[in-house]
Amino acid sequence: MAQTVFAPWNDPDEKPLIQFRGVTKRFGDFTAIDNLTQDIYAREFFALLGPSGCGKTTMMRMLAGFERPTEGQILIAGQDMSRVPPNKRAVNMMFQSYALFPHLSVWDNIAFGLKREGRDKDKIAARVEEMLRLTRLSKFAKRKPHQISGGQRQRVALARSLAKAPKLLLLDEPLGALDKKLRQDTQFELMDIQEKTGTTFVIVTHDQEEAMTVASRVAVMDEGQIIQVATPDQIYEAPNSVYVADFIGDVNIITGRAAPQGDKVAIRFAEGQPEIIGTTTKTFEPGQEIHFAIRPEKVAIDTEEPEDTPNKLRGKVLDIAYLGNISTYHVELPTGLIVKAQTANTRRISRRQITWEDTVWISWTDTAGVLLDR
Amino acid sequence: MKRFTWFNATALTLGFAFLYVPMIILIVYSFNSSKLVTVWAGFSTRWYGELLQNEEFLDAAWVTLKVAVMSSTIATVLGTMAALVLVRAGRFAGRTLFSGMIYAPLVMPEVITGLSLLLLFIGIGLERGVLTIVLAHTTFSMCYVSVVVSSRLVTFDRSLEEAALDLGCSPFEAFRLVTLPIIAPAVISGWLLAFTLSLDDLVIASFTTGPSATTLPIKIFSAVRLGVSPEINALSTLMIAVVTVGVIIASLVTKQAAIRQARDERMAERPA
Repeated sequence: MAQTVFAPWNDPDEKPLIQFRGVTKRFGDFTAIDNLTQDIYAREFFALLGPSGCGKTTMMRMLAGFERPTEGQILIAGQDMSRVPPNKRAVNMMFQSYALFPHLSVWDNIAFGLKREGRDKDKIAARVEEMLRLTRLSKFAKRKPHQISGGQRQRVALARSLAKAPKLLLLDEPLGALDKKLRQDTQFELMDIQEKTGTTFVIVTHDQEEAMTVASRVAVMDEGQIIQVATPDQIYEAPNSVYVADFIGDVNIITGRAAPQGDKVAIRFAEGQPEIIGTTTKTFEPGQEIHFAIRPEKVAIDTEEPEDTPNKLRGKVLDIAYLGNISTYHVELPTGLIVKAQTANTRRISRRQITWEDTVWISWTDTAGVLLDR
Repeated sequence: MKRFTWFNATALTLGFAFLYVPMIILIVYSFNSSKLVTVWAGFSTRWYGELLQNEEFLDAAWVTLKVAVMSSTIATVLGTMAALVLVRAGRFAGRTLFSGMIYAPLVMPEVITGLSLLLLFIGIGLERGVLTIVLAHTTFSMCYVSVVVSSRLVTFDRSLEEAALDLGCSPFEAFRLVTLPIIAPAVISGWLLAFTLSLDDLVIASFTTGPSATTLPIKIFSAVRLGVSPEINALSTLMIAVVTVGVIIASLVTKQAAIRQARDERMAERPA
């Protein structure tokens, strides 16, 4: 079982495909990338996630060769890329706008890169047909880009960038222009294609759900730096900072003062409220500022006072957001703090008992939340 | 709202009359059988026949065509290059000066352009003829091409070129295989503009021409000084016809392209 887990980043003998070594990129006075060091391994599906302006697109454009680092080195397969122009790199990019050539048919768009390599015609035709099949576009080969739908265009862009079998495929917000349903289907299609072709994918996105779905590792970025790199479940369950916890999914952050008690830490967050007990491997000084982060789905909500739970707080239901499969309750504590609690709607709506203005108990175990110092 | 009022009708009639009456008179008199231009003596195509026998006019027409094709082609190449630099190079030292210098000939009086070119050609000892007119016409029509092409380039999606580079094109291949085919309509209309400008230029051509090369406008102008002949009327009518047919073809082609585009887009919306 252990061998089937894909985690080259934990293997010290594995050589990274891409290495950022102290890379800084400045545009005039603006620092887009700030002394960044990161390894990416072959066959990874690596997601760069962050708000706009965090430097994720700059990182990608440096990999493609459209921008040069101001300082530091980028290595691909051990080779320093700083003097290598985009057309001499075994790297292809799928553009956010797709950048399909409007004057060429779908077939010619896909064949474009192959023709530049000067391969013979039969081989090009065979490869284009293969790509058309892979992306289910065979029917549209003769059409021009403006004669097909947005989803089909997106697949043409993907086929074109994969046609040359690059070592590394860069995807710049590839699904941004698609509606939600199509986006979800395409995400699975992308993963499928990545697995089939064995190509290394680096995807840039601001959509955390997308990054979580497709990626083997997610890098959360802010202001030109990578804040955390981890697998999607680690990013979600064990964020290393309030920024990451808040950026990925929904979270309650309760800030207080630490009071370590053996292997546990008690958090005093308000007068007259019980302490919150959490477990952590980190050490906190007594009185140090501490942030307690807990996901709404890990907060239980009850009308009766629960027993045998280390953390329980009394509050009043302020708001209920009914989302169909789940409901989110906004519970206001006597201090004014609002804590979100989420429950799965396993019963039909008429049978549920908690409603607005009810006094309720919220509770969680001592391992449900994460203790953060920043 | 009432569209038809006497005021509107009068304004329309006067406007069209102002624009077209002179041309209509010219066309009508080109079919006059009399040698006297102002006296109507019945319908005839005799002057068209004589025109085709007139070697001088035919020579001048040939020179004009040669000059127009050569100068507009060179102007298109140079103007497109200038437009690329202006739109693409971003900020560089002297950019404002460079763009100012490209657009200056647009507002420069033709007499001055002509005179300065004449002085230049004399200065460097270039014998005046077809070559000097071509050079002169290139100089002033290049800026028109660059205006037309750069307005297209401003809306050109740079990522198309980046995609071409990414797929293995050298920068020049990217331009030839992607940028140029896409901006081709603008380049062609730039060429047509330069071509027409060269075709009917009188002032600059007369400054820079020599005895060996006489263009049609110069020929007509000098012939008219000796009196308007029915042959000139016939020649001018032919020029009007050529221009009219050209404009109609150009607009039909544009309209066809628009229709095809609309139809293609409707097709794309249909579920596959």
